[in-house]
Parts: sequence; C-alpha cells; structure tokens
Amino acid sequence: MIGVEARRVAAIAWKDATAERRTKANFNAVVFLAALILLLFGFALGPEVEALQQAAGGVIWLTVLFAGVLSFNRSYEQELENGALDMLLLYPGDRRSIFVGKLLANLAFVLLVEMILLPTAAFLYDLPIARFVLPLGAVIALGTIGFVTLGTFYAAMASRLRAREVLLPLLLFPMLIPLLVAAVEATSAVLAGDAMGDAGAWMRLLVAFDVVFLVASFLAFEYVIEG
Amino acid sequence: MSSTESAALPVRPRWHQPFGVVALLFFIAAQAIGYFGTAPERDMGNLQKIMYVHVPAAWIAFIAFTVVFGASVLYLWKRQDRYDLAAASAAEVGTVLTGLTLALGSIWGRPTWGVWWTWDPRLTTTAILFLIYISYLSLRAFTEDEERRARWSATVGILGFLNVPIVYMSVRWWRTIHQVQSTPGTVDANYALALRLNAFAFLFLFIYFVASRYHLARVERALEARREEAALTGGPIHV
Repeated sequence: MIGVEARRVAAIAWKDATAERRTKANFNAVVFLAALILLLFGFALGPEVEALQQAAGGVIWLTVLFAGVLSFNRSYEQELENGALDMLLLYPGDRRSIFVGKLLANLAFVLLVEMILLPTAAFLYDLPIARFVLPLGAVIALGTIGFVTLGTFYAAMASRLRAREVLLPLLLFPMLIPLLVAAVEATSAVLAGDAMGDAGAWMRLLVAFDVVFLVASFLAFEYVIEG
Repeated sequence: MSSTESAALPVRPRWHQPFGVVALLFFIAAQAIGYFGTAPERDMGNLQKIMYVHVPAAWIAFIAFTVVFGASVLYLWKRQDRYDLAAASAAEVGTVLTGLTLALGSIWGRPTWGVWWTWDPRLTTTAILFLIYISYLSLRAFTEDEERRARWSATVGILGFLNVPIVYMSVRWWRTIHQVQSTPGTVDANYALALRLNAFAFLFLFIYFVASRYHLARVERALEARREEAALTGGPIHV
C-alpha cells in the first residue's frame, strides 16, 4: 500500500517538476527577483560591508520568503485550468499523496533557487559560506522544509480565491515568524563561526516546527483540497 | 414561495439581554473596585490601573483563541454549521481583545519603559497572534462558499493555535540572547482581588459578545438563504 502511494507521490512531484522544467518561466523570474532583492538590501543597508555581513542572516531569509512565496500559488494554478484539479481528485488513492507530491516539487524548486541565491549573497556581501557548507546547508534545509510545508498548504486555499496574490503572504508570513527567527539566528550564528554554540538550539526549534506542521498540514490537507 | 413558507428567522435566546446588562454592571463595579478600592502603586501611581483592563483582555483573548481551536476541531469532526459560526464569533471577539491588549500595553509601556513598543516576549507573541487571527478573518472574508469557508478556516484556526507555544518559545529565546529589557514585576496580593474580579467581568462580557455575534451570524445566514430562494423563484425578497 505504501509503495502505491509512494508512486503516486512521485508521479505528482514529477509532473509538477516537468511542467516547471519545460516552461522555466517561473524559475527564471523568481531567481532574478531574489538576486534583485539581495541587491536592494545592499543599497538599503550598505555600502559598509560590515553592516551587510551583520545583517546577512536576516537578509538571506527575507529574500527566500519574499521570492519563494511567489512559487506556491502556481503549483495549484496550473491545476485550475481545464478542470485538471477535479481530474486529479477523481483518481483513486489517498489525496494526501497530492500534498506530498506538490510539497516535494515545491521543495526542489525553492532549494534550487537558494542554491543560486546563497552564492549571490556571498558574492555581494563577502560572506564566508564556503567554510560552512555543511552547517549552513543543514540550516537552509530545515528552514526551507517548514517554509515550503506551510506554503504548499496555504496555497491550496489561497490559489483558488480572487485575492490570491495578497492572501497567501497574509496567511503564511505570520505563521512563519518562529521559523524566521530560528532560521535567521542559526544562519547568523553559523556565519559568525558559531562560537557560542547557539546554532544547535535554533536548529532543534526548526526541527520541532517542521515536524509539527508537516504532520498537521498532512492531516488537514484532506479538508482543504476537496471542493 | 412566499415569506410565510420560508423558515423563520432564528430568535434571540431570552437570556442574552439580561445577561448582557448584568455583565456590564459587573464590569463597571469591578473597574470601580480596581480604581477606587486599591491604592496607587508606589512607582507607577495610577498608571498601574491600566492593568485591570490590559491583563484581563489578554487572558480572555487567549480563551477566545482556545474556543476557536476547539470549535474548529469540532467542525471538522461533526461538520455542523454551528461550530463554524462559534469559531468565527470567538475569533472576531478575540481579535478585538488582542488589539485592545496591544493598544493598552503600548499606552502603559510609553511612560513605564519610555517607548511605545518593546520586543518583550509576551507583547511580541500577542502581536503575532493578532496577525494570525487577522489572517484567519481575512480568509473567511475572501471565501464565498459557506461550506468551503467553514472547512478551510477550521484548518487555519487549528494550525494557528498549534503555533502559539512555538511562537512564544522562539520569541523568548530570541529575547534572552539579545537581552535588552526585563518584563514588568509580578502582581502584589493587594491588586490580585481587583484583577480577578475584572478577569471575570471580561469573561462575562466575552460570553455576551460571542453569543450576540453567534446569533447575528445565524440571522445573516437565514437571510442569505431567503435571498437565494427569492432569486431562484423570482419572488420578492422578504427580509
């Protein structure tokens, strides 16, 4: 039974990824927007490089949030054309597979954006990311999982409403404040060499956040996707 | 179909009005006891009196969000409209109380701490809660289909409530690392009685407001049903 659901999940994730890979329209736009936001923060906080380095953790995560939020609605919008969502719901099997599939596709999307965004930030703000690849990667992964989980969940609602562009960030960002605090603190600690050993505690908070909302949105998705 | 055949509008329960009057009188009495019955605080003077509105508002706001959570769970389980309306009513009153808590905290903070806003863990958590429930109400406002609105907002109400302890923990850790300001001292026994009375006064007012809002929501829904009926049959609208 698990094997069948895993194949459904993979099929949905692959379908979304293929649609994105073939058009690329959204990915390119989001990457450029992320780079643009990094540049704008440079103008807002610079040009002293120390000030930029101090703020780097917050700047990176706000950029991830503001650029990433644009990718979630699209995940469902493409299903709304030609009644694709209704067809998807008619297929047999657990509907939560749809959630996990879309979650994986969005996760891949945002992680790819971050893989371009981080070197760009390091380049613009002179950050020592090459020295901390592993801890930094762990913080980014943990923060992104929570972000994408709630993003995929709330977009299932927001994408089907008139005011979707403003409603999704309105629903999502207040919920993400603990994640933002923990991810920014952990990122700043790692970039500063983590002399105080703070990063570990913040990463545990990120794990707790991820687990709570992965389980909660997985269970609640059934009520959101129907009708 | 004529209006005589339509379902009658929900009648307001008879206990509402007298209960509201009693709650209001109790509130006035509790405030009076707080204001005239306790001595001005040594350092803050009469400024301390704001505690009798600020603290009860915060407590009852938290109760309101617990009601939203409970009613949301019940709705998803039982799928009965009344749980959805109860959650919506409690969320509206809770959001107003949270806004009141923030405004009063700010008014108190200015002369006490010298700033309108401070990143105190409780104050910050309250602000985040305010935003979460504003977004809950926004989702309700933007979702037109009643059944869908009920289902969707129930999940948002549940997730928002689950976030409360995480928000509080994260903000507290964040503050202990940055350490700028301490929290105000605990309450002296002299003020505890007046504070408790005011907490009950707010609780009674809360029950009255939620019950009234719930009744209003039922009337709105009945009117909406009549309008739809009139539109479908081409008959006059009897509202």
